[in-house]
Amino acid sequence: MIEAEHLTRRYGRLTAVDDLSFRAEPGEVVGLLGPNGAGKSTVMRMISGFIAPSAGTARVCGHDVRKSPLAAKRVLGYLPEGAPSYGELTVYEFLGFVGRVRGLRGGELRRHLDAAVEHLDLHDVLHTTIDTLSKGFRRRVGLARAILHEPDVLMLDEPTDGLDPNQKREVRALIDAMARKRTILISTHLLEEVHALCNRVLIVARGRLLADATPAELELRSRYHGAVSFSAAGAGVAKAMLERMPGVAAVEVDPLDGRVTVLPEPGKQLLEPVQELLRAQGLKVNEIQLERGRLEEVFRSMTVRAAGSEP
Amino acid sequence: MSAILAIMRRELRSYFVTPLAYVFLVIFLFMAGVLTFYVGDFYERGLADLQPFFDFHPWLYLVFAPALTMRLWAEERKSGTLELLLTLPISVTQAMLGKFLAAWAFVALALALSFPMWLTVNYLGNPDNGVILAGYLGSWLMAGSFIAVGCCISALTRSQVVAFILTAAVCFILVLVGLPAIQDMLAGGVPTNLIAMVSEFSILAHFRAIARGVLDVQDLVYFMASIVIWLWAGVLVLQLKRGD
Repeated sequence: MIEAEHLTRRYGRLTAVDDLSFRAEPGEVVGLLGPNGAGKSTVMRMISGFIAPSAGTARVCGHDVRKSPLAAKRVLGYLPEGAPSYGELTVYEFLGFVGRVRGLRGGELRRHLDAAVEHLDLHDVLHTTIDTLSKGFRRRVGLARAILHEPDVLMLDEPTDGLDPNQKREVRALIDAMARKRTILISTHLLEEVHALCNRVLIVARGRLLADATPAELELRSRYHGAVSFSAAGAGVAKAMLERMPGVAAVEVDPLDGRVTVLPEPGKQLLEPVQELLRAQGLKVNEIQLERGRLEEVFRSMTVRAAGSEP
Repeated sequence: MSAILAIMRRELRSYFVTPLAYVFLVIFLFMAGVLTFYVGDFYERGLADLQPFFDFHPWLYLVFAPALTMRLWAEERKSGTLELLLTLPISVTQAMLGKFLAAWAFVALALALSFPMWLTVNYLGNPDNGVILAGYLGSWLMAGSFIAVGCCISALTRSQVVAFILTAAVCFILVLVGLPAIQDMLAGGVPTNLIAMVSEFSILAHFRAIARGVLDVQDLVYFMASIVIWLWAGVLVLQLKRGD
């Protein structure tokens, strides 16, 4: 479990993190979502004990990071941004080093090493120098390092940043597999990641917490929630009629592919009326879809508003 | 304790996977030999001891100690592994000790590999091996002080070059204040008890005392204290200056 209480970090006159409080429970994958420079890494650095909060505190499994930092660090697996590692060592040496610093030795160390190597499928590169590995492998080495001591709490700072789509999927599958029983906090600026991984999202901008909700709840806030979009030949003709239809807030036509999106007024159902109207007009619909809401739109409107409110 | 050893082991490993260790050992031993035989008048003195060998150690360490310590923290800062290291369940002091001991152990190895010098004097005459042992001990303690300075300064910066130059400069001053020429210069306008105090801080005076074979508690305390103080300052630097 992670509990952040009024976490604040100031650098001179700049407040990087401003009075942030949240909880993450076992079994949850919580996404810390925000634009670059929102303070995500600073939050994680304070929870990990790397930097001290200017005010407030955090607890990892009940251990206060200010009062008992070593106990907090013992139960935490933390992957800093960019997954740094000692590049001149081999994967085996590196994991062994971290295990020994964590007080593992002998058979116990070997068991943990084997489990981490197995979990992240590092057998083939075990005796390769880390510097010569691809980015994807280095990220995996970082993850193996973070889970080596089988921590109850995992904190991953932009775990998929800079990876190609295949590697991203791989890393997400790994995180998904680790999610059971553990508390996982990941930071990201990728919305797809939130969809793919998180059961809760914390939206942060300018160091402030703007939302703490499930992805579904956030989608509800989107003006696209419940919107109907379709593509049909000659759909432009229908635009004016759709706009006059009761319950329609707006109609958008994609200038590129001509796809039409009909946005509802709050609480209105549009799928059936739109389908009826199209049928009545004799338009041949290629494809029609009921939208759940667009996270990126919610994210954009929230974070841009936060930026705009700044003097 | 096992954490300190693990860190020490990793640092030693890093010395040996890069060419640094081998370059260091070869050049150090070569320079020590050249200085002893050609500059130090090893043969011409006609004395069976290692005085000319040890006399050059402060000057050798001026270059070699910063080379060993410059990367210890600066590289961690630069590559981001500092965040990894300091979020492991160890104290900063433990990490500092591990790194210091690695560099210090490496110097011990370099000194041990100069054993042909010892064999040579024993072949040529009957030296006082106790004095030679004291010389080695003094040299090693002096290296420890230099390395402690380097550990502290490396923690200040993310640039290894800056760490090297600053460490060399600080060590140079610590050696310099003990030189007779400097003390004569100061003697002009500075009260004598101040000069005495300044020379108290000189690494050179304490090293020479031990290298002559006089193991005085004062000198041992001086070296141990300077090691502790510089390492402690380094820990302080790391605690104050992290997230940038």
